Amino acid sequence: MRVEIITPEKTLFEGEASFVYLPGSDGSLGVLNNHAPLISSLKKGAIRVKEGSVEHTFQVKGGTVEVLSNKVIILAE
Amino acid sequence: MANLKEIRSRITSVNSTMQITSAMKMVSAAKLKRAQDTITRMRPYADKLQEILSNVSSSLSGNENKFSRQREVKNVLIVAITSNRGLCGGFNNNVIKEIRYSIREQYAGTDVKVVSLGKKAFDFFKRSSYHTNTGFGDTPYSIFDNLTFDNSSAIAKEIMEQFSSGKWDKVVLVYNRFKNAAVQQMMHEQFLPVLPPVNQEAGSSKTDYIFEPDKEQILENLIPGSLKIQLFKALLDSNAAEHGARMTAMHKATDNAHDLVKELKLNYNKARQASITGEILEIVAGAEALKG
Repeated sequence: MRVEIITPEKTLFEGEASFVYLPGSDGSLGVLNNHAPLISSLKKGAIRVKEGSVEHTFQVKGGTVEVLSNKVIILAE
Repeated sequence: MANLKEIRSRITSVNSTMQITSAMKMVSAAKLKRAQDTITRMRPYADKLQEILSNVSSSLSGNENKFSRQREVKNVLIVAITSNRGLCGGFNNNVIKEIRYSIREQYAGTDVKVVSLGKKAFDFFKRSSYHTNTGFGDTPYSIFDNLTFDNSSAIAKEIMEQFSSGKWDKVVLVYNRFKNAAVQQMMHEQFLPVLPPVNQEAGSSKTDYIFEPDKEQILENLIPGSLKIQLFKALLDSNAAEHGARMTAMHKATDNAHDLVKELKLNYNKARQASITGEILEIVAGAEALKG
């Protein structure tokens, strides 16, 4: 699935990933391929993106995530 | 006819001024490019945020958020966004004029305060009774020294807090919007209370989203975010417009200097010719006198 992490100042990450871990404000979320459409707010924490065998980690203060048809868009702050 | 030496020194001085203005034009062009890039980088975020916001709020009717509450307008805060430096044509004056006009006309009878982002507005308003910067630190006007989202959102947050505490009933932004390098558009934009999002073909994307935790809370999270973006966008726009205005102003100044140098050179040559003609006349007259 396609993952984009965007902040107001730049795009932090853009690429294909097999798994995304998110600090949802109601508890952690894991997003795999073919996840159902979802909009959630995020709290302070780390986003982990698994791209093949590499794992990227991003620290965020908060934000919002939208998952729609295998596209994960994270608006981070 | 002015004397030769005088004209020569004027030519030199106009030439060196021209060098300065054309250098400033180049610098502004480079800065404009960078400012535009920042806007382009922010655009996907702003667009997506707007999309999610309208997505969430379209299916949520009659929401009374603390930022969208309409009150009787008694206290108005005007956020004046100008530049820190001059030499950019009417850029700053337009903002100041617009604010003075709206204080007199639109907000007559209300209590208006102005918070200045940008040194030029600060210099103008600091002595007037409209000036305020309580809660914004010592120098809210120095934001342009280091224009980042963090700095801008700190200001946005402070404005939001003051609004929800009831200190202001209405907050507006006055700034120049970047249209192209030569044209700036005066903007007078309502910041708070939040205007209901324009219903752009409601239901165009009727996807069944799972909302977590729930719509109300997501909205509560999104609205401050979109307000921060709105202020940041205004600041970036103003920044780009400033460099555009300066570039145009400096371009005109360089052109004017060119014309001036041309005219001065013509005068200089005329004066030189006149003095040569005078000398020849003297020699001829002398020779004639010797003959006779």
